[in-house]
Amino acid sequence: MFFPISNTHINPIYLVVVGFLIGILGGFFGVGGSFIAGPALRLMGVDWNYAVGTDLAHIVGKSIVAARQHRTLGNVDLKLGLFMALGTIGGAEGGAQLIQALKRAGNVNTVVSYVAIIVYFGIATFMLWESRKTLKTDKRQSRLGAKGVQSKKDRSAFGPVTQRIQRVEIWPMITLPTSGIRISLWTILLVAFIGGLFSGFLGGGAGYIRMPSMVYVLGIPTHLAVGTDLFEIVISASYGTISHAIKGNVDILIALVMHTGAVVGAQIGVVATQYFAGPKIRLAFVPLPLIGAAIVIYTMISGHKL
Amino acid sequence: MKKGAAKNLRAFVMELVVYAVLVTSYFFLVLHLLGQWLFHLETRHRYIYAAVAILLIAGQAVVLDTVTSLLFRFLRGRRR
Repeated sequence: MFFPISNTHINPIYLVVVGFLIGILGGFFGVGGSFIAGPALRLMGVDWNYAVGTDLAHIVGKSIVAARQHRTLGNVDLKLGLFMALGTIGGAEGGAQLIQALKRAGNVNTVVSYVAIIVYFGIATFMLWESRKTLKTDKRQSRLGAKGVQSKKDRSAFGPVTQRIQRVEIWPMITLPTSGIRISLWTILLVAFIGGLFSGFLGGGAGYIRMPSMVYVLGIPTHLAVGTDLFEIVISASYGTISHAIKGNVDILIALVMHTGAVVGAQIGVVATQYFAGPKIRLAFVPLPLIGAAIVIYTMISGHKL
Repeated sequence: MKKGAAKNLRAFVMELVVYAVLVTSYFFLVLHLLGQWLFHLETRHRYIYAAVAILLIAGQAVVLDTVTSLLFRFLRGRRR
């Protein structure tokens, strides 16, 4: 199939399959999946600028489907999502400015690559440690027969630190009934800003940073973090899509074809979250940042930008 | 349990086949017709193209989500 906007020939079945796989990941983990979509489009000969912009457009569509499904399951905190979107947009602009500054200094690729590898490995190592520790504690408690102790609340080995963060009283304090927490607005904005900063700096939606931060820093239950992250991605990725489309970096026809596969994948991913507890979802999340790190290492060694 | 899983898998495969037929018709009817118009917009009217692009992807998301949900409910409902 010929796509005149980006001037490329791509098999639509390939696009649908890639969309399907990213849809499953998005529905299950609440991530945009740009670390797969970008390289997958590049492999088909799509220019880098079109790969980035088109991927964002496709993320909007996929996240709408997944967020709608999560909402029917009660996994979206709309109030939190709107505050997060504000911080993310600000952070994304900051990240883009940082990239421009590094471009002027002439060492953008080296700095971004090293930062990405450190961040990806850091997230994967921390989540592996935390989720395994939480699962071990849960197992020990269930072995001791402490059934009364088990509640529906999402437990985390990092919980005491999260509670300390929630106790920081900086006006205005926000109550989030859906997530069951009360926290300073500034903490929410800071977490969203950092997520946005990495999104602008490293590219993609940065769900691999935002979803864990929502769980560990804000104390949002994992299922809610996944659903709310997707809702937030709809807003921030829409902003990114419009911005890239104006600059001539979006082939909407490719995005529409990819999205037909993502619709089914996202629904499967959302349904799958119902069968896994929070710590298990977090443990399954660990390979995602590692895949991102592997792609960066590959591009550094081979010199080929995927 | 296994019988239930097999039934679900069969329903899912059937859903995928129906969905594939719908999507293929969609490729040929909608994307083929829209292709040239969108290309023209992208080269000449970038701001309109940006607005149309976001509306198209959001609209497709809502429509396809509704279609697949109805399809899944209809096919699963018939099997029960």
